[in-house]
Amino acid sequence: MIGGPVVAVLDYGIGNLRSAQKALQRVGADARLTTDPGEIASAAGVVLPGVGAFGRCVEALEASGLAGVARTAAEQAIEGGRPFLGICVGLQLLYEGSDESPGRPGLGILEGRVTLLAGDVKRPQMQWNRLDAAAPDGDGARHPLLAEVAGDAWMYFVHSYAAPLGPHTIATCEYGTTVCAAVGAGNLWATQFHPEKSGEAGLRVLRNFVEGVDGR
Amino acid sequence: MRSVRVIPCLDVDDGRVVKGVNFVGLRDAGDPVELATRYDREGADELVFLDITASSDDRDTIIDVVRRTAEQVFIPFTVGGGIRSVEDARRILRAGADKVSVMTAAAERPALIGELAAEFGSQCVVVAIDARRSDAVPSGFEVFTHGGRRQTGIDAVGWAREAERLGAGEILQTSMDRDGTRDGFDLEMLRAIGSAANVPLVASGGVGGLEHLVEGAREGGADAVLAASIFHFGEFTVAEAKAHMAQAGIPVRL
Repeated sequence: MIGGPVVAVLDYGIGNLRSAQKALQRVGADARLTTDPGEIASAAGVVLPGVGAFGRCVEALEASGLAGVARTAAEQAIEGGRPFLGICVGLQLLYEGSDESPGRPGLGILEGRVTLLAGDVKRPQMQWNRLDAAAPDGDGARHPLLAEVAGDAWMYFVHSYAAPLGPHTIATCEYGTTVCAAVGAGNLWATQFHPEKSGEAGLRVLRNFVEGVDGR
Repeated sequence: MRSVRVIPCLDVDDGRVVKGVNFVGLRDAGDPVELATRYDREGADELVFLDITASSDDRDTIIDVVRRTAEQVFIPFTVGGGIRSVEDARRILRAGADKVSVMTAAAERPALIGELAAEFGSQCVVVAIDARRSDAVPSGFEVFTHGGRRQTGIDAVGWAREAERLGAGEILQTSMDRDGTRDGFDLEMLRAIGSAANVPLVASGGVGGLEHLVEGAREGGADAVLAASIFHFGEFTVAEAKAHMAQAGIPVRL
């Protein structure tokens, strides 16, 4: 597919990135799986996916040489620069670290640590769950990432650890306890759920991201 | 909240969906990508492709199915059949699958589970357990491999526990006594496996009506219910199945 804003999907050698690329293409982006810092630098938007263990993703990101690129892109986005989307472990990597892999610091863009899903629940949470898209301290306005997504939309989650709730939380879900489902800080956006695997509702989230990229 | 997933299963032989009774007597049920797209539209929560020709030669056929599915379908899907190594799994995942399911190779060489989990994460690793009632093992449920043809002497309940310990992120449990019979899941077997392993449990084998899906979730304790022929031959749509479950009080995505 030609046309649409160029979105760089950081290909640092983990899991299935093809579905993220295909889904972004479906909603109008010129999505490219890439390891090339030049191509990433010139893209209009950046996506940091992630599956598997936190420590393994940190190692892979460092081994690929893209850790610095990802950190810079996320810092710029939080200041209102080029939009950045983290997905699943890509969200968790934005924090200082994770109890899953204590010796492996994250990118430290957002404050706090990722912790094990609390309570007497099956881990991983591997299922569809409903969002609560009102932020805990929310003023009622829907975050642009969730525009035109039902406030209680079903999304697909696969994770055993979760980010802390905080001022950047823009959606949660209930799984034993209240769990961080999405964060937004400036143009830094991230989802714990997999929008590329969440059917039409997930594609709408990706479309919102691509429109955010295109609108700048 | 906890929700229960409904998963159509597509047995793929040489690029076509087929369905047999007790693992034999195959009947053509259509093009896998067309069916996958239809199930997605009807509200399927996930899909499973089992490559039943996999032990033989033609691996590229399933890779092509996976690739074409990933272009069209934006819900999770698992691929199983003939995956024996990290490299086999990598090809399937790179083509667009979200999880791989291992059975025979894992029963023969359990370390495979740990290797896959270390490489791709536990969330990627489904361990399929095909079992039959048997006096040969303590729990009364014995693992069979090679499409149900080979008795292993492995206790299915102990194996489920071991699979979780090694890094399985999900267990797909099929009752071979029930598969294709339309008599419903083996609920006792489900409960036995479910009490041994604390990862999500997918029930498979024997669905003949919508009430069986309700039973699997409610009485069997399954986190997901898998069925094939009731969907393939137009008896019920996935949407009808989910509406029925919701009506019975099972939380499902509608």
